[in-house]
Amino acid sequence: MRAVVIGAGIVGAACALALAERGAEVVVVDRVGVAGETSSRCEGNLLVSDKAPGPEADLAIASNARWRPLAERLDDDRRDGRPATEFEAKGGIVVAFAGGGAALERFADAQRATGIRAVGIDAAALAADEPFLSPEVAHAVHYPDDAQVQPSNATQALLAEAMRLGARLVIGEVTGAIGRTGRLAGVRTSAGEIDADAVVNCAGPWSAEVAARLGARLDIRPRRGMILVTAPMPQRVFHKVYDSDYVGAVGSGDAALQTSTVVESTPGGTVLIGSSRERVGFDERPGVAPAAAIAAKAVRLFPFLERTILLRSYVGFRPYAPDHLPVIGPDPDVAGLVHATGHEGAGIGLAPATAELVAHAVLGAPTDLDPTPFLPSRAGLRETA
Amino acid sequence: MTHVAILGGGPAGLAAAQGALAAGARVSLLDEGDRLGGQFWRHHERLTDPRLQHAWHRFGRLRGALADGDAQVHVGASVWWAEASADGVRLRATVGDADGDGRTGLEVDADAVVVATGAHDLALPVPGWTLPGVTTAGAAQALAKRDGVAVGRRTVVSGSGPFLLPVAHSLALVGSEVVAVHEASRLPALARGWLPRPWELAGKAEEFLEYAGGLMRHRIPYRTGSAVVRVLGTDRVEGVVVAAVDADWRPIPGTEREVACDAVALGHGFTPRLEAALALGCAIDGDHRGRFVVVDDTQRTSVARVFAAGELTGIAGADAALAEGAVAGFLAAGGAFDDPRLRGPVAARSRTRAFARRLERAHGIRPGWTAWLDDDTIVCRCEAVARRAIVERADVPLRAMRLATRAGLGPCQGRTCGRTVEAIVAEAGGAAASVGFDRRPVLAPVRIGEVAALAETDPPT
Repeated sequence: MRAVVIGAGIVGAACALALAERGAEVVVVDRVGVAGETSSRCEGNLLVSDKAPGPEADLAIASNARWRPLAERLDDDRRDGRPATEFEAKGGIVVAFAGGGAALERFADAQRATGIRAVGIDAAALAADEPFLSPEVAHAVHYPDDAQVQPSNATQALLAEAMRLGARLVIGEVTGAIGRTGRLAGVRTSAGEIDADAVVNCAGPWSAEVAARLGARLDIRPRRGMILVTAPMPQRVFHKVYDSDYVGAVGSGDAALQTSTVVESTPGGTVLIGSSRERVGFDERPGVAPAAAIAAKAVRLFPFLERTILLRSYVGFRPYAPDHLPVIGPDPDVAGLVHATGHEGAGIGLAPATAELVAHAVLGAPTDLDPTPFLPSRAGLRETA
Repeated sequence: MTHVAILGGGPAGLAAAQGALAAGARVSLLDEGDRLGGQFWRHHERLTDPRLQHAWHRFGRLRGALADGDAQVHVGASVWWAEASADGVRLRATVGDADGDGRTGLEVDADAVVVATGAHDLALPVPGWTLPGVTTAGAAQALAKRDGVAVGRRTVVSGSGPFLLPVAHSLALVGSEVVAVHEASRLPALARGWLPRPWELAGKAEEFLEYAGGLMRHRIPYRTGSAVVRVLGTDRVEGVVVAAVDADWRPIPGTEREVACDAVALGHGFTPRLEAALALGCAIDGDHRGRFVVVDDTQRTSVARVFAAGELTGIAGADAALAEGAVAGFLAAGGAFDDPRLRGPVAARSRTRAFARRLERAHGIRPGWTAWLDDDTIVCRCEAVARRAIVERADVPLRAMRLATRAGLGPCQGRTCGRTVEAIVAEAGGAAASVGFDRRPVLAPVRIGEVAALAETDPPT
């Protein structure tokens, strides 16, 4: 059994590892190499706090549980300069300003019913947990299971582990399919042809283009996100801290600029401030508007940021599906093609569970996850493709 | 009336301002320094020794043109954002001390911009180069030129390029003993660069000889084909190891000798400051061995309304910057390329372009220098990243390598180490990068609050 995994981002790397450790021969194909795009241009969120009850929340809960032992294993196996995942089970705190507390509490209540741990915290506890938070914050909920990895490093660690188990990495661009119509037998790449029993499309924002080159239709589009990074400083932010407006923006289909405040520290001492979402195609040069909007909201949350130095910013493209659910499973038209994409801003967190579903689709490996809601054949996806 | 913004107040920017004013435009010139002049005319109103300045009268004329014309000059202006559109160019800057309370925001909208951001001096890493007492040649020169201060009592100057000569000369004039100037290029390379077609050198050879005469007067030896390959000391510089190097700058075993000194000035050429041009969308050509803004004969970049002049189009020195700046400013203001007033600058520019090629041939960095590094030599100083870590991650995309090693993620954002990190990656078999470390969307450090002030509406409650 040989599987070609297209894309060496977090989802491709996780799929490569899941397939390799279940005995498949794995070839990963990427245009530039490991973590060359989206997975090196995001925050590394492993979140349950932003998930409304539903299939993605269930997947996030399952994936969150899988990340803990996985990160431990990757970090224990480090060698030859392989970076640490920087996994931190720091927990998230979602806050609301005056007037927003009731909505946040309703959202948290619904989440609790699905098994997400969401703990209300009072003003005194909040002041102890996040002493630099604005005193205007009126309400806060603690999500102990929210965690973080350094996404680029975690991707590099995952792929290195897959390669230790025999996976190969080919630097090249997929140009077409091998096989007769409706049945893939491999891929043509700029680095040569690769025969395969299964092809897994993990090309993130570019997975629609990859699908088209392989004779399939898939409606995945890029959504631009921007993140600000401050100069290193002594730690003053201790959890992942969100404004509760985050929830609305993630699920939104609005094309215009949307921002929602996420502030957190990294082991390097910098503070990450996210994030914006804009549907503007693959345009890498945003104007100043998203940076200004993110900065304004972050200062409102943590007033000390006012005089903190912005060192750099970066943008990345997130792959989104029209119904805002990941797309995981066999292509309905092309046999031998499996998709694992459309994770939007949640791909880092959802990667381990996604890989388990891919191993199920490709190898028939057992899983207790329900693949149905994410299948590429679902109605929410077919209408637009 | 056409409004031309000029980014940078060194020779290129000042000449551009003069050119734009001559063509009838209104000018806004922004420079992050406290005074105009850039690196070339770095000075202090009281402390500067006039013997250390070159072509000072020209600086006076350029300042005069600014003072007499329709020009707004903003010094201490740190441009952190630049964008170009079909309608015009917008620059955003902060003005005032980085940590002061009185810092203000400045927004400049213009019809065209001349990017004249110049270059940083480039020092290749050497084992021990993080010891106090080691500076870049440019820093040694700046301290001497502006403040009359010598970086040490006994200084060794090492690197490549004609710039080492004025640095040694300045050091001697401000009272340091200069033990020697070590030029890594060997005589055959120097001869290939400097000797053919002497008519192209108009003035350059005399300038070189003038500095060489200065070295002789101060009895400073100029040693070609040699380099400082190690800096010695525990808490600060106590000496250096000097070795002969081959044509590729690889140290020749058995030639090492120790030299006592308390300061080292390293200078291996210059790195153009490309971030503003990149933010504006300008096409870039080359790789880590030399990456520059692409311009045509009119100094136009690939982006409408954006012109570039000086070191960011090729390292060629102040004469080239003056000529390119004059053309760029005049054209940015709507002047015609065949205007008789441009004859002088255009002629000068063809000479200086030839000079840039000679400089590269004679003094360009050769790949063998990495042989003088140890595995644990710090390459990225901000984040203390050693060569070993970079080599171990050389096979991943540059962006992933940076995040894994943290090379180039510190306060200087790769301005100091970017090119050398890329060279080490290339030597270890990594893929060449088109833009590498030079893309910095935030052009200069800015406070989060200053960015927040640009938000279009108050945050919703």
